[in-house]
Amino acid sequence: MKNPAAETEGAPEAQIPNGGAAAAILSAGFGCFSIGICAWLGDAYAPLARFFDFYNPTGPLSGVTTSAILIWLVLWIILSKAWSRKSLPMGMINLSAFLLLGLGMLLVFPPFGDFLQGK
Amino acid sequence: MQMSFREFVTAVHGMGFGAFFLLTFSGTLFELRRLCGSGGAPALGGGARRILHVYLIALCVLGWCAVFSGAYLVYPWYRAHPPAGTTDLGEFAQRKLMSSPATAGWHNLGMEWKEHVAWFAPIAITMVAFVMISYGNDLSRHRQVRKAVFGFAAAAFFAAGIAGFFGAMINKSAPVQGGAPIVIPGGASE
Repeated sequence: MKNPAAETEGAPEAQIPNGGAAAAILSAGFGCFSIGICAWLGDAYAPLARFFDFYNPTGPLSGVTTSAILIWLVLWIILSKAWSRKSLPMGMINLSAFLLLGLGMLLVFPPFGDFLQGK
Repeated sequence: MQMSFREFVTAVHGMGFGAFFLLTFSGTLFELRRLCGSGGAPALGGGARRILHVYLIALCVLGWCAVFSGAYLVYPWYRAHPPAGTTDLGEFAQRKLMSSPATAGWHNLGMEWKEHVAWFAPIAITMVAFVMISYGNDLSRHRQVRKAVFGFAAAAFFAAGIAGFFGAMINKSAPVQGGAPIVIPGGASE
């Protein structure tokens, strides 16, 4: 049976399963999305802005980025433990990761964030 | 010749960590291209592989140093609120920008975008470095993984570019100033 990890162009089958890379890629996409959604929520809702004010001189940016980094790292650890020895269909994982990355990019773009808030 | 302590830290943040982070992308993309070339890349020897790993780790360290120094050293000075009655906004960059419609956009669009999008770069490049180090030459056999690595490397470059551009333009319009003066020897007039 063909190894699905070996998305090759005539090259021999891959030695390392793609699960470890899949975990890193998807969690990176989710980490970028987390920055976008936390930043947008902090901007839209004053109580959340106060919640994200972890370090007052930096303001809500400190909590937004700290939360997003924690979400990214925890997800990466969980997915790595689950996937590192597996070979996964990368097409769907890439699509999800790039969608999350794109959504994150959109959410941190101020005109788009303001538009969603009806400003 | 002298600069203030805050100007010095801002220069280290932008021209040190940020600019070097952008510069090191060229090497990363070159290595990615080499790994992913048709017919497979020749395997790197132990020494070359170690240098590549150090290079990628340095790229990550630069990226993280850039965002942390920006958020926790420079940004608090930038967003500081002036005491009531202050008329000279020279040390309050955000207030200075927002005091004029001609410059308010540098904060409302530039800084509001830069302060968040910049963080995409170290997250993305940490993933890129992890995959490149973990997979090495085997990456040439994972077409879809390569696509994702290329895509995220490009996104990191884009995010760092936005942050760098707006950082430079904001600092041009309203430089972060203040702190003890640092005298640079050799610049005295004759």
